[in-house]
Amino acid sequence: MADAAVLPAPIAKKVPGRFWIVPPAALLALLFFYPLVLIVQQAFMDDSGMANVGEFVRVLHARFFLNALINTITISVAATAGCLIVGLVLGLILAFVPFPGSGVIARLIDTFIALPTFLVTLAFTFLYGSAGMLNAGLMEAFSLQAPPVNFLYSTWGVVLAEVTVYSPFVLRPLLAAFSLVDRGQIEAASVLGARPFRIVRQVILPAAVPALIAGGSLCLLLTVNEFGIVLFIGAKGVITLPLLIYSKAIQESAYQVACIIAVINIALSLGLFGLYRFAAGRLGA
Amino acid sequence: MSVPAFTGSNVMDVDAAKIRGAGSNVHFDKVSVAYGAHVVLHPLTLDIAPGEILAMIGPSGSGKTTALRAVAGFVRPASGRIRIGATDVTDLPPYERGLGMVVQNYALFPHMRVEDNVAFGLRAQGADKALIGERVKDSLATVGMSGFAKRYPRELSGGQQQRVAIARALAVRPRVLLLDEPLSALDAQIRRNMVEEIAKLHRDLPGLTILYVTHDQTEALTLADKIAIMRDGRVSSHGPTAELYRRPPNRFTAEFLGRANLLPVTVTEGATGPKGFAKAKLGDALLAGAARGEKPGDKTLLCIRPQHLSLTGDEEHTNRIVGTLKEVHWQGELTHLVLDVDGTPVRVSATRLPVSLPERGSVVPLFFAPGDTSLVPEDARG
Repeated sequence: MADAAVLPAPIAKKVPGRFWIVPPAALLALLFFYPLVLIVQQAFMDDSGMANVGEFVRVLHARFFLNALINTITISVAATAGCLIVGLVLGLILAFVPFPGSGVIARLIDTFIALPTFLVTLAFTFLYGSAGMLNAGLMEAFSLQAPPVNFLYSTWGVVLAEVTVYSPFVLRPLLAAFSLVDRGQIEAASVLGARPFRIVRQVILPAAVPALIAGGSLCLLLTVNEFGIVLFIGAKGVITLPLLIYSKAIQESAYQVACIIAVINIALSLGLFGLYRFAAGRLGA
Repeated sequence: MSVPAFTGSNVMDVDAAKIRGAGSNVHFDKVSVAYGAHVVLHPLTLDIAPGEILAMIGPSGSGKTTALRAVAGFVRPASGRIRIGATDVTDLPPYERGLGMVVQNYALFPHMRVEDNVAFGLRAQGADKALIGERVKDSLATVGMSGFAKRYPRELSGGQQQRVAIARALAVRPRVLLLDEPLSALDAQIRRNMVEEIAKLHRDLPGLTILYVTHDQTEALTLADKIAIMRDGRVSSHGPTAELYRRPPNRFTAEFLGRANLLPVTVTEGATGPKGFAKAKLGDALLAGAARGEKPGDKTLLCIRPQHLSLTGDEEHTNRIVGTLKEVHWQGELTHLVLDVDGTPVRVSATRLPVSLPERGSVVPLFFAPGDTSLVPEDARG
């Protein structure tokens, strides 16, 4: 007992874990939160450093802002709808139509995610631009004086480019969801008399809803903030929020207006990101 | 909520006559299936009569599921034709074949309630609302699941889900019901109950033709009118269940369908007497067994099931062999003994044993009746 009494009490090991939060938190604050705070501060203060909500309200009612907001929403909603349709059709084919090389095609489509967005726009310019292959061919074939295909320099040109770039973002989670669909359910439905369209509608799609929401909200998020494609196409009159921020800040040096629009853009993005995380959580991503 | 068994009384309550008489025959006419150069089902010719349960059993890769999937329309035969009733279905898509199918993992639609699962096939076939309501009610009552119509599959146990899968298949009044290892995902106790309940179901729906694929011989023996034993993509044997069990035509059938002791014997005398028993020698022992046209001098196998061997003889158990007792395994209802008889391990399953069991290593006589034996040709291919 005496020996036991003199034994030193076990020393609790120090847990250093809690201090590791400091470096990343500091880095995040320096590179992300501080600039963000500056933007918000700039949005609500005038040049004399006084709080001023009046300018914020004025921008909210300005024609240029409303046009940009409508353009942004129109393009992102149309592009997201396009991505959902293209992604869904491609996903169904790749997952459920057995053909040799489907895996290679899926991986090839995946590589689009790795490419810079302007690359597709550049390719579109070569294909569908005023001096592109399509117009040149049509002008030569029909002896036309002006290029007949002009959609690229419109809202729809931007939408098409965004659909091309962002469809893989829908396709990837859809393929993951389709791989989890029990083939036995499809076979049982088929034996019970269901034709392929009914099986897609009533058996496959309900299982893919979280993937569609996750992919769709990610597309919406990315297309709302898309800058490169819109700038590269340079469509006349197609000004979106990111492009408006760029033009106000860089071309007109109207920093407060740029910051006000940026704050609204950030709020929009965070809302969509919340939707994406919720859907991704449902999917188990 | 407790689940009533889907008994005859359930069926009678819901007018089972509506389901009866729906069965068609299935005819495989030289049906083969190949994946590239690999033949998984060699030309198969087989008939399933209307209202019959045919169990296809065999080890993994024997071609039994492939044959079922060919009937369902998921596998395209490389050659041959499949007829269901008078219809050649070989080129028809699955949704035009008029079948019902139940698979191992139930394959219920997880986002639909039980009633919607059962109604799925009827809706797909464009049935009117009143008929759908009536059929859903009937089918759920048939499998004793009426109280679960509003539940989702995830709220049911495995056995309950399988009942719903059966109800869903029955609701469309299939010409043939395809059961692909339907009980494999269930635990032993529930599986035993479900086998009995499927047997009852078929007694109440005698017109229903069933193709039952399983690797479980007990399910096959309990349920099937006929059994086809598959091996390496071919039918190794086919016939009435009891006949195949009692008189297996080859070693593979004898060993696959129930446990069998196969003793190498030499025939000394062909079939004689009113019962047609042949005589054969095993070492010094002269044994009588049910013959299959063997001639004196033929080397063959004497098949005797473990439960037909006894440690005590009587006027019926006239065949006698001796062996050295090697193992004794007590399993409650049964005691399994393993003996060495001339170098061949012989298993005995006994419900009753002498009060004093012989010691391991002691020489023990075994008795069996000639009528419980069968001579089986020694055939490496089975």
